[in-house]
Formats: sequence, C-alpha cells, structure tokens
Amino acid sequence: MTTLFASLRIALRALMVNKMRSSLTMLGIIIGVGAVIAMIAVGSGAKKRIADQIASMGANILIVVSGSSTSGGLRHGAGTVPTLTVDDAKAIGTEVPGVRLVAPNISGIAQVVYGNQNWSTVIYGTTPDFLEIREWTLMSGRSFTQQDVDGAIKVCLLGKTVAENLFGGMDPIGQVVRIKKVPFTVIGVLAPKGQSTWGQDQDDIIFAPLTTAQKRLFGMQFPGMVRVITIQAREPEVMKTVEEQIIELLRQRHRIQSGQENDFSVRNLTEIASSAEESARVMSLLLGAIASISLIVGGIGIMNIMLVSVTERTREIGIRIAVGAKSKDILLQFLIESLVLSLVGGTLGIGIGIGGTLILSSFTQWPVLFSAQAILLAFLFAGSVGVFFGFYPARKASLLNPIEALRYE
Amino acid sequence: MEPLIQIRDLVKIYHLGEVEVEALRGISVSIERGEFVAIMGASGSGKSTFMNILGFLDSPTRGQYLLEGIEGKHLTRDELAEIRNQKIGFVFQGFNLLSRTSALENVQLPLIYGQIPSKRRKEMAQQALSAVGLEGRSHHHPSQLSGGEQQRVAIARALVNRPPILLADEPTGNLDSKTSGEIMAIFQHLNDETGITIVMITHEQDIAAYGRRKILFKDGRVASDS
Repeated sequence: MTTLFASLRIALRALMVNKMRSSLTMLGIIIGVGAVIAMIAVGSGAKKRIADQIASMGANILIVVSGSSTSGGLRHGAGTVPTLTVDDAKAIGTEVPGVRLVAPNISGIAQVVYGNQNWSTVIYGTTPDFLEIREWTLMSGRSFTQQDVDGAIKVCLLGKTVAENLFGGMDPIGQVVRIKKVPFTVIGVLAPKGQSTWGQDQDDIIFAPLTTAQKRLFGMQFPGMVRVITIQAREPEVMKTVEEQIIELLRQRHRIQSGQENDFSVRNLTEIASSAEESARVMSLLLGAIASISLIVGGIGIMNIMLVSVTERTREIGIRIAVGAKSKDILLQFLIESLVLSLVGGTLGIGIGIGGTLILSSFTQWPVLFSAQAILLAFLFAGSVGVFFGFYPARKASLLNPIEALRYE
Repeated sequence: MEPLIQIRDLVKIYHLGEVEVEALRGISVSIERGEFVAIMGASGSGKSTFMNILGFLDSPTRGQYLLEGIEGKHLTRDELAEIRNQKIGFVFQGFNLLSRTSALENVQLPLIYGQIPSKRRKEMAQQALSAVGLEGRSHHHPSQLSGGEQQRVAIARALVNRPPILLADEPTGNLDSKTSGEIMAIFQHLNDETGITIVMITHEQDIAAYGRRKILFKDGRVASDS
C-alpha cells in the first residue's frame, strides 16, 4: 500500500507539472460527463412529469367516444353526430361486470360571465361519478349530487383557472354566473390538476349536471345523446375484457351488423399515457447514449496525451526501471495518472452538468430530475474511460527497455 | 571466500536487423568483494555492454555471470528489477535524476520500489545524503544544484539500499577536474570505509588511477587486467 500512496503522489506531481495540458485533456471528460448528466436529468424529468400526469388522471379509465376512431377524443369533437346515449351508459354500468363506475358526458365551449368579467371555457355536463372516476377533488364547496342531475338544477363547479379569472381572489361559492346567458349558482371549486400529458390546462373547465347541460346549454341539437362515456374498470387486469365487452354491448344496442364499422371508439387512457411514458424513456436513453459518445472522445484525448507523456518521459521511465521498478509499478503509475485525469474531470463534469442543467431548466421550464444513481454511474463511467484509454500508453511505458530508455534524448 | 562477481566466457551478440554484432566475445573475470575496478577501452570495445550485463539490465547470450552466486540468465524481467533494486547501485555520466523532484525524493526512489514504508524511507535517504555531504540540500531540486552536487545525490541514491556493488559509467564525464576529484574522493572513501565494491567505466587515465585494478577492453575481449 505504500507503493499505492506513493504512486498517487507521483502521478499527481506529474500532472501538475503541465497544468495547462492536464486541464485541456480533462476538458474532454468534463464535457462528456456534463453532457451525460444533463441528458439523463432532462430525460428523467420528462419521464417523471408524464408519470405524475398519468397518476393524476385517475386509474383504469376507458373512454367511449362517439364517431369512428379518427374523430373526437377528450375534446368536444364538433362536426360529429353523437351516437351514444345516456341509456348506453346505464347499460354499460349494469351489464359489463368489470365496470366500477360509468359517467356519460357532453361538452362544449361557452362564454361564462360574472359581473364585468367573462371567460371562454369548456363546459362539461356529467354525473357525480365522473369526478370520482377522474379522482377530482374539491378545493372548496360541494359537488353536485344525483338529485341535482335528476332535477336538472342550475348549479356548477368551477375549475381553478376559471375561478381565478372570473373572481380574482374572491370566494365564488354561492355566486351566480351566466353561462350562455343562463344563470348558474357556483357550488364548488375544483382542486388544481395542472397540465395534461398533451399540454392542456386541466383547470380551465366548468362542470354542470348532465341534464342541466343538455336542457339549457348544448342538448338542443341532439336531445338525449352524449358524445363521451367515461368508464372506470375495477382493476387493471380486466381492462382488456371490459373493453371487448363494451364494444360487443354497444354494437348490439346500436344494431351494428358484423362487417360494419363501430359508430364509436373505445380508448384506454392509461395505455395512451403509458406509451407516452415509454417514448420518453426511450428518448432519455438515446440522449444518454449520444452524450456518452462525447465521453468516449474525451477518453481518446486521454490516450493521446498519455502516449505523448510516456514518450517525453522515456528517460525517466528508464531510470525508474534501472533502480528497480517492476513492470506493474510503471503500469500502475501511468494508469493512476489517467485515472486521476478522468475522475477529476468526471467530478468537475458532474458539477458543470448539474449547474448547466439547472440554468437550462430555469430558462426553458423543462422538468429536470437528478438521481444519485445516475451521478454515480456517470462517475464510474468516467473512471472506466480513464482506465480503458489509459491502459495502452501505460502498458507501453511498462515494457520499455531500460538500456534504450536511458539513452533516449 | 567466493568472489563477489564471477564471469566465465561471457558472450553477447546483438541482432540489428540482418547484421549480427558480437559485442562481447568471451569474457572471463572475477571480482572480489571490496575491489575498486576501473574499466577502460575505446568506444565499441564492449565495456558498456559489459556494464549493462553486470547491472542486470541485459542478459548474456552465452556464458555465465554470477553475482553473490545469483545468475540472471533465466530470470524474468520483474525478478531482474528486484535484483537491481537490492544489489546494484547505478551512477551515470548524466546523473539521471528526476527533475522537479527534491534530492531527498530522488534518493528515496529505490526504496519506494523496495516497498519500504514512508518514514523509514526518509530516514534512510537522509542518512545517504549525509554520507555524501549533502544533508543541508535535501529539499533542493536538481535545477538548484551544481553538477557535482547532482552527482552526489545520484551516488546517495545508488547507496541508499546498501547494495554490495556500485556501477559507475563515466561518473566524472560531465564534471570539471576539481569536482571530478571531489567525486572520486567520495568513491574512495566509500570503498575504504564501507567495503562496497566499485566497478567504474572511464576513458580518463587520471580518473582510472583512483581504482586499484584496471581492466582494458578491446574488440569485445579483455586485453589487459592489472
């Protein structure tokens, strides 16, 4: 172990002799490690945001949308005729065993006015079950009840964005707003949900009972019809079965012949979001791999400089061998030098990677996530690069012929 | 008492491409413990080759070389390094010190490779520097030392592991006559006081005179031995 310590000191001394050269060589590693750290942080941040959004969406959700697969979605698909009915929703609830909750909804955009403030937003007409399916809680007030739905009462729930824009800091509960000139009493404000996976502000929304919305707001065109039915399955395992059973049931109810296309489409929300998550994961790996290439280039820089260093110090190596250095002593000495270069460069690279990523994130608002695991991995990667690329020059040094080395000018 | 160095019919042949060079054509020499031998000869006479083999830096092609009964012919590279570390002290014409390294650290070099712990190393190195009269200069770098002082550091380094033999290749070649005298006085002192065996190559008669035996090399053979 004395040799190890002594070798470390010898190596550090040798690197300090030419600080400029050592710094420039380290630069390659610094940039490489910094890039790897940054890419992994950005990728992890994106993945986590998507995972969080999936979690905020509610679990095991299927939606049935009017119209064939290329139209609609969560948005109000203007231009398509709604083909689903409230009775369809009821049937799904009673006849498909894997279904826990069902909520039919219609929606549309409308102006909502309070005093001299107005705001254009999405109005969702639905049943109380919808809020439970989507795990949407209230920040204040109360949700509407089945009685509100049965009686088509003119009450509504405001999303946080709407509440802020119409009422500022004031409490909206008990106030009356006008939606399409129809007065609605605000009975609750929804807890915030933030942005959805596909970039929408989920808090820019108003909920009203389905029947009220149908009668007073949107139902004139297509009475009794709904555009979307939101369904929650009991467990993730039965989702596929439930999906198939819903399709079969609806085809029956709508009297669709075999060979004919469905006049609706069923979407597994969790699946859609999961594939977004998977894309983010693959993207993150790809970015990391590309950044690793720059680290490899840094390693080549180390090999280059170490070869020069060995040549320059041929005489010195000859002296060491003459007074008793074994091959492994010389090998160790030069390996330690390249290891020091790569590990110090790695540490600086980690610092710069973290700092740079934080700066980038503050400008672009991209989510970033640092993990101790990734940092340790990058550090070890840098070390391996140092050992791998330093090995050839070190070996060359250890095999020098002392007689020739001592003669070297 | 067996001689320290026994050499019988030593032959060394170099292959330079297609050409064969017979550097040593059959040397037989014995050197006893405590001798002070000067080796002389024209360039190309084989004296450097002889020294390299003596110092276990090179192996003979044929023949026998025994130092304290140890033969280097079939030893591995690392085993030879260990023998050099323990048994040989080298002094070169060009001093061959590590630059940007203090005198004390230079002297410690053989001890580092001999796995001696740090504190003991420093002690032994300090003692060696005292033996050559440089105890006050232990923290100077070679660039801060005169030629004579540098050579003295080299001698201290050669002695620090207390080897039985000191091999010097033109030790005064880069020194003026006054300093040369000082260095040779040190050699003589060491030979008298510690009994270390000294084998020295030189081309100067007055330096060779410090030795008590003169071996003349010519064309790879011993021409005279007195």
